[in-house]
Amino acid sequence: MSHPILACRGVAKLYGARASRFVRDGRFAGAPEELAAAGVVAAVRDVDLEIARGETFVIMGLSGSGKSTLVRCLSALTPPSAGEVLFEGRNLSTMAEGDLLQIRRHQMGMVFQNFALLPHLTVLGNVAFPLDVQGVKKTEREAKALEMIRLVGLSGREGRFPRELSGGQQQRVGIARSLAVKPDLWFLDEPFSALDPLIRREMQDEVLRLQGLLKKTIVFITHDFDEAVRIADRIAIMKDGRIEQIGTAEELLLRPATDYVRAFTQEAPRAKILTARAVMAPAPSGAEFAGRVDARARVASFAHEVEAAERPFAVVDGGAVIGVVDRLAMIDVLVGRERKAVAA
Amino acid sequence: MSVAAATHPPAATRTGVPLLRFAVPLALVLVTAVLVSLPTSALPAWAWKYPLAWQAPLPAWISAFMKWLMETASLGLFTVRDLTRGVASALDAVLFVAKAVLATGVAQGAGASATTLVPPIPWFAMILASSAAAYAVGGRRLALGMAAGLLYLAVFGQWASAMITLASVLVASVIGAAGGLLIGLACVRWRTLERLMSPLLDMAQTMPVFAYLLPMLILFGFGPASAMVATVIYALPPMVRVTIVAIRAVPEEIRELGVMSGCTRRQITWKMLVPSALPALMVGVNQVIMLSLNVVIIASMIGAGGLGWDVLAALRRLDIGGGLEAGLAITVLAVLLDRFAQAMAQRTERVAKEDVAGAAGRRLAVRVALVWALGLWIAAAVWPEIALYPNDWKLSTAPYWSQLVSWINVNFFSVLDAIRTAALLNVLTPVKRFMLALPWPWVVALVMLAGWRLGGLRLALTTGAMTLFLAVVGLWQTSMLTVYLCGVAVLISVVIGVPIGVAAANRPRLWRVVEAVIDTLQTLPAFIYLIPIVMLFRVGDFTALIAIVLYAVAPAIRYTAHGVRRVPATLIEAGQMTGCSRRQLLTRIRLPLATPDILLGLNQTIMLALSMLVITALVGTRDLGQETYMALSKADVGRGLVAGVCVAFIGMVADRLISAAAERLRRRTGLAA
Repeated sequence: MSHPILACRGVAKLYGARASRFVRDGRFAGAPEELAAAGVVAAVRDVDLEIARGETFVIMGLSGSGKSTLVRCLSALTPPSAGEVLFEGRNLSTMAEGDLLQIRRHQMGMVFQNFALLPHLTVLGNVAFPLDVQGVKKTEREAKALEMIRLVGLSGREGRFPRELSGGQQQRVGIARSLAVKPDLWFLDEPFSALDPLIRREMQDEVLRLQGLLKKTIVFITHDFDEAVRIADRIAIMKDGRIEQIGTAEELLLRPATDYVRAFTQEAPRAKILTARAVMAPAPSGAEFAGRVDARARVASFAHEVEAAERPFAVVDGGAVIGVVDRLAMIDVLVGRERKAVAA
Repeated sequence: MSVAAATHPPAATRTGVPLLRFAVPLALVLVTAVLVSLPTSALPAWAWKYPLAWQAPLPAWISAFMKWLMETASLGLFTVRDLTRGVASALDAVLFVAKAVLATGVAQGAGASATTLVPPIPWFAMILASSAAAYAVGGRRLALGMAAGLLYLAVFGQWASAMITLASVLVASVIGAAGGLLIGLACVRWRTLERLMSPLLDMAQTMPVFAYLLPMLILFGFGPASAMVATVIYALPPMVRVTIVAIRAVPEEIRELGVMSGCTRRQITWKMLVPSALPALMVGVNQVIMLSLNVVIIASMIGAGGLGWDVLAALRRLDIGGGLEAGLAITVLAVLLDRFAQAMAQRTERVAKEDVAGAAGRRLAVRVALVWALGLWIAAAVWPEIALYPNDWKLSTAPYWSQLVSWINVNFFSVLDAIRTAALLNVLTPVKRFMLALPWPWVVALVMLAGWRLGGLRLALTTGAMTLFLAVVGLWQTSMLTVYLCGVAVLISVVIGVPIGVAAANRPRLWRVVEAVIDTLQTLPAFIYLIPIVMLFRVGDFTALIAIVLYAVAPAIRYTAHGVRRVPATLIEAGQMTGCSRRQLLTRIRLPLATPDILLGLNQTIMLALSMLVITALVGTRDLGQETYMALSKADVGRGLVAGVCVAFIGMVADRLISAAAERLRRRTGLAA
């Protein structure tokens, strides 16, 4: 059978002088007050998740929610205090040092929040760095690096030093570098948080474009729900070191597991999240339709046409009409009302 | 009890009741005054003079230990002596090569019958090669400066001595920089090592070089190698410190990137951390070079040859002009080395800005120059007569300098002498009498009290123990003379330095001038100051005082300016909006907030003042510096080392107390370090 590319079970990370005792007793899942009283900080508690090959998985949380610690556990930068992280079914923390080195050299790539570019190397040197570490010959690694630099649209700047580039360009270098080894698993740790909002949007498009091209498995960390929505196949929302809920953006919006998740999704751009299936009403028999929309299409993609038409649109799934959407449904989505039956 | 009440000053400060805050210090001052003016009979004799019977014969123990170490101690396969002599011969070999290339060449035979096998680099080839290197590193201006400086050395007949000095400095700097880097990296990796190293580094920096030159002579034999080891020990601590700070300052993400790219530990260190930290590390290298030069000059006075020896010999002959010329040669060498090292440190920044074509042309020019230099060297080997700088082209300004000094002395003798006498009578001698009149138990008690108030019991015990050590080894009087000379010098430095720092802090134009002056003062080897001052004021405490102040005033200015500049602009604006006058802005806002920085500057001032002691011993002071100098000339290891440790302890007591005070202030104002 094929394993999920990355999975973790019962992962916890505790900091503090007496952390190890809590881990031994298995008490880290308990109330944070008890831990805090003992001077122990539980950055991550009890996290289970599976990430499927080719999926874009976003871990979202505010600062201090433990998302950065979690991604460091997932990438084996820090060993978890408890639980296991499995990469293609192999436990990263018990694996031999040499095997882990090989996985990192060939199967993982990471983009950092503050770019982590080496100041003494040019763009070309930075992108070629992971290959240099592997001992790839100079001509070969520079050819590969140039290809990556072209991919992220920085051709002609390969001789520049990092400090001569804008923030967005620097992160493009970071992206090119993380892709140079052609990794299967691509970590992006708040890659755009240090950038201006406009640049951030542009870079999100860039990631979407690259993902369309390369089809990597992505683990993306962010504190920005809108960013998560734009990029994610699935989103995990974290709070106080725990995962509150994992699901597609639409699932989080429609069926929030906790009040915390609901609070997050309330202000979300509903039209960009909800699909036709989620907002449709049962189709009255023999109705006439102004047009048809796919059940998986986002509301934002057809709202304009539906609004302009007098009659409702049919929602189709594989050719069969399964419901209708009309102007009223569009307004419901916009103002965030619960769905009512279309004027019966 | 009033002392207990005074340990909680915040309450008193806030309510504005100064009574308790002032009552305790006032009482202490009164007690001190009474004690000093008491007749000798009022206290038991042991309070005035630490009894001989209580003294620990530490110098004798150390000398015996060194003897045992060198004669009997064994590390199993080989003796300690074998080990140290092995290190010494390795160092000698390296030094021999450096000197052969730069100064002496390789000769066969001895005396008049010696035939030169390989000549040293001839002066014109050296100038060409050095200027090319300077051009590659720092551009046209540095290259021109390098050529002019080296030409000066040749024209004024200082070439041979300067090259001997340069060879030692280069070897010591390479060893010091590499060693410092490795130790620093090890300290970053193992925190325990860092904790062990920290006091050792303090010691190495505050102890007079003479003090450990002596054990080195015994360990490594009489020769340039032991001077080299002493030099490296002195020059290495800043490199270790800079390395630790610079490597720690590399962002955590860079380290993580290394791990995620599958770097081995070695790859992370040498491919990522060290190159990323390179600009900061080069600052440390610069320090190593300057400190090495300083010590090499001092070491050459005890017979290693080179520029230091020339200066000392000239002073002994009362050849003021000759001494000054050799001194200027040291200065030229110092400035050249400093600028070159600085250019190297800034190089990474500049390379990027260059266009590719220009860089290629530059490289070509440098290569051509280096090939020419090599060719000239070979030519000099074939025709040795062209290698020597012709005597006819040599200049000397020495007679004019001598005339100038004698003219000043003839015309202004009475003025200069009046200044000197006034200072001695009104300031120096009273302070000296006062310091010597203090009973030692009272001083120890005062130090402990200060330690307790500033940092708690631990600080009180460590500082108290260090102070007691001065008495126990029987050097109380000498130590007090040291404290007196340094104390007065530091006080004057602060009185001069703080106002200058405040005035220059927010006036960029003035600051540029001030910075240039203090940079120059700090670049010059400490030794240089003595020459003109001795010429004007002859030997004695007053001369020593001026030399120390000149050397030690720089940090007082620098840190004050830094502190004043760091005061947040919003606070200044808040002050202006509440209607503070300029004076109020200064006294109510700027100075109080800058105090922690000023204290750190004071700390540095004290350290520099103490490090000058060894130099001032040459002009006949009677303090611990003289003690180490005397021990050196008598080859008394124990005595020299103990005196050196005393200097180090005085420095460390001051350092610990002031650091604790600065830390306390910082915490109270909530300013970051």
